[in-house]
Amino acid sequence: MIIPLNHILVLAALLFCIGLYGALTRRNAVGILMSIELMLTAANINLVAFSRFVTPNTGAGQVFAIFVMTLAAAAVAVGLAIVICIYRNHRTISADKIHLMKW
Amino acid sequence: MMEQFNNIAPWEWVQLISFYAIAAMMVLGALFVVTMKNIFHAALSLAVVAMGAAVVYLMLDAEFLGFVQIMVYVGAVITLIAFVVMLTQRANQSGDNKATNHQKFISFVSVGTVLALLLWKIPNASWLTTVTNAELANAHTIGNALLTDYLLPFEAVSVLLLAVLIGAIVLSRREKPAKDDGGAE
Amino acid sequence: MTGLTQYFYLIPLIPLLAFWVLIFWGSRMKEKSAYISIAAAISSFLLSVPCILATMKGQTLSLEWTWLYFGTQPVKVGIMVDSLSAMMLFVVTFIGSLIQIYSVGYMHGAPRFSRFFAYLSLFFFSMLTIVLADNLMLIFVGWELVGLCSYLLISFEYERIAAAKAGMKAFVVNRIGDVGFLLGILSLFWLFGTFQYKPLTEQIMSWKGASLAIPAMLLFCGAMGKSAQFPLHVWLPDAMEGPTPVSALIHAATMVAAGVYMVARMFFLFQSSVEAMQLVSYIGCFTAFMAATIALTQNDIKKVLAYSTLSQLGYMVMAVGVGGYAAGPFHLMTHAFFKALLFLGAGSVIHGTGTQDLRQMGGLLKKMPFTAWTFIMAFVAIAGVPPFAGFWSKDEILLSTFNSAVPGHTLMFWVGLFTEALTAFYMSRLLFMTFFGEQRDTSIHPHESPKVMTVPLMILAFFSLTAGLPGTPMAHHWLQGWLHQSFHYLPVHEIHLNYAIMSGSIILAFSGIGLAYLMYYKKSISAARVAAYMGPLYTLSLNKWYWDEIFELCIIKPFLWSTTILYAFDVWVVDGLVNACGYMVRGLSFLNYVFDKYVVDGLVELNGWIVEKSSRIARLVQTGLIQNYILLLVAGFALILWYTVLQNIGSSPFGQ
Repeated sequence: MIIPLNHILVLAALLFCIGLYGALTRRNAVGILMSIELMLTAANINLVAFSRFVTPNTGAGQVFAIFVMTLAAAAVAVGLAIVICIYRNHRTISADKIHLMKW
Repeated sequence: MMEQFNNIAPWEWVQLISFYAIAAMMVLGALFVVTMKNIFHAALSLAVVAMGAAVVYLMLDAEFLGFVQIMVYVGAVITLIAFVVMLTQRANQSGDNKATNHQKFISFVSVGTVLALLLWKIPNASWLTTVTNAELANAHTIGNALLTDYLLPFEAVSVLLLAVLIGAIVLSRREKPAKDDGGAE
Repeated sequence: MTGLTQYFYLIPLIPLLAFWVLIFWGSRMKEKSAYISIAAAISSFLLSVPCILATMKGQTLSLEWTWLYFGTQPVKVGIMVDSLSAMMLFVVTFIGSLIQIYSVGYMHGAPRFSRFFAYLSLFFFSMLTIVLADNLMLIFVGWELVGLCSYLLISFEYERIAAAKAGMKAFVVNRIGDVGFLLGILSLFWLFGTFQYKPLTEQIMSWKGASLAIPAMLLFCGAMGKSAQFPLHVWLPDAMEGPTPVSALIHAATMVAAGVYMVARMFFLFQSSVEAMQLVSYIGCFTAFMAATIALTQNDIKKVLAYSTLSQLGYMVMAVGVGGYAAGPFHLMTHAFFKALLFLGAGSVIHGTGTQDLRQMGGLLKKMPFTAWTFIMAFVAIAGVPPFAGFWSKDEILLSTFNSAVPGHTLMFWVGLFTEALTAFYMSRLLFMTFFGEQRDTSIHPHESPKVMTVPLMILAFFSLTAGLPGTPMAHHWLQGWLHQSFHYLPVHEIHLNYAIMSGSIILAFSGIGLAYLMYYKKSISAARVAAYMGPLYTLSLNKWYWDEIFELCIIKPFLWSTTILYAFDVWVVDGLVNACGYMVRGLSFLNYVFDKYVVDGLVELNGWIVEKSSRIARLVQTGLIQNYILLLVAGFALILWYTVLQNIGSSPFGQ
């Protein structure tokens, strides 16, 4: 494997932080969900990279990554269902307009 | 870091170059995801990032995972996101539609801090890598592992998916007397 | 102690039992209650007889127990019978019983009849306690109790205010004397560590230390109060407000003699100090003289007898004061008989005529023969006509005074001799005015008293005439010898008869009688002219030397002023201080309130205010925007991450 591990990890780190930034700043609720997907993807890349370099035989990281993928999909599904609910009730999906839990 | 680039064969150069290209594409795509005002463009950028991730998996000898990534992520998740974007586009048309909210700066600082730390530490870390000549993990291995070592999580996840299924349906059901004009059908 | 004598402790206890019974159930028994009291008295007398006989054989009966512990030292008290106590026992129980029998007739029909006899029984108990005590503490207990009985009995008819006041006066004056008495007792205890006579006798007879005059004089204060010596004599005349049997028993025969008895008991103390003897004899002499002069002019039959009692008590006290330790008690015994008889006779006269005023009486000899003849017998006894009782005992006293070693005894002798003449005179005057001549007030119809009253008179008459005989030279002064058993610590006193004194006293007695005969029987000398001739002396005598008025002015009035001043002090100063304290407390509590309201409550409210304001600020965190929360999370995460990394620089498991 000619690609150095560290470089892949750097890539994943970058993706993760960008996704984090997006989760914090996006106003659109769907945008936030997309940013979360970005973070999960970055985590997956990390897992597979380590699986290749540390346990290439068992593929434990890949199995983990499958589960993560599954859960990400599940999260998106439910999240979008909720977004639709909110859209129906409030006519808006802007995250900073929904503050029902404000004091 | 540059020492390891001494004895590289030509095809390995291809691998390396393509990796850096893909990586750059992904990073750019990610940036578009978080900064695009138009949500649909952002969703498409996300698709680009997901494809790039699939390529990376393939480069990392995780073929099964790479294809699953394309099928599930790009094929299902992004599609779903696109659907919902379209369903809620009326909300996006109205008024001031800034992409980011008021806490831009502080989150930039916080996240920048985290990124700085990661970029400082990761390049110089030495991991417990192993080089092996035995067979690399493949779909066979993964399938075996799923049904033997990781059986419990496997079953748990299936229950979870059931719950998600039911939950999503329940949540997005149309209320009986409610009359929606345009949109959520 | 054998036979009946070992029960001698019952002598006072039987009357006490009678008292208890009569107090609780007397009102139901009414007039029958007298029998219980009389039975108790007579049983005391019967129990005393063997004891008296025992002392005549030279025995002394005693019973002792430990009263309390003073630290580790036991303080013992007890009762005893020796010759002096035995003589007193005889006098008290015998005369007491006779008077109780007499009272049945005298008090017939009186309200609270049973209570009268209850009190009499209580008095018996108390007087017998005094007589039987072998220590100063027990005698003091009995002393106080007889004082109480005196008060109860004097003011028996308390509906009359004069009787009530007289009772109070008697008790208060007695108490004044008792203060000194108690101080004396305590000082002796402090010096010698014991209350009992025997140890005290031994210690004092061998005492070489400082003079014991002060304890002796303090003890004598008690005698002054009880035996009505000057200046505490004022209560005795007023005590005549009580019923006549009371006057006879308590204020003639027994209680007032307690003082003389006590001095005789403690003679070993008195004889150690010349100053004490002087005090005792001077006061006794003066009392005898003063009382005799007052008796000359009184018009109430009981008052004459009262002053006569005072005078005779003075004689007894003087006798002991000059050293006649046997003469005093001897006169005490004879006096008890004839004075009791005189009072009972007077009571009979009062009962029969309904008046006490001499000026309304006269010619009662024929109308009340028993009373009259017994009265005459008493009269010859007291006047000092030989060979009757009074002559012998008075002569003993004069003899002791003449031969005494106390300074001033010669003057006291002459005063005593003169007082004897006075005694004869006023007693004769009483006799003549009451029984002889014509009845002055014809509205009263005198009649003889019933037998229950006259029989005791006759018994007492017999003893008045004969009681002196045991002490006469013909009997070889048997009585004095018998009494010496109680004074064993002194050498035996040889009595030499002084015929000059004897004849002198006989002459004076008859001259007194004769003068009274002329003035009140024959009326050859006008009493009124003599009174006018005496002028101021007459007035002084008639008004009892103004002692009551002097005391009222000098003692009672200042005392009442001081109470007014103290009352004002109490109201203004003490109450003022208390009220001031109250105001101060109120003021302080007001400050407290202010403090509490503004400072304490303020602090509490401040707490609440702080919480409210800070929470108002704190809740701003809850914006409801989830991205804010996530931002906080991330920021904190970043901090922690950097902190951990910086901490672990140099110890990374992965190397740099």
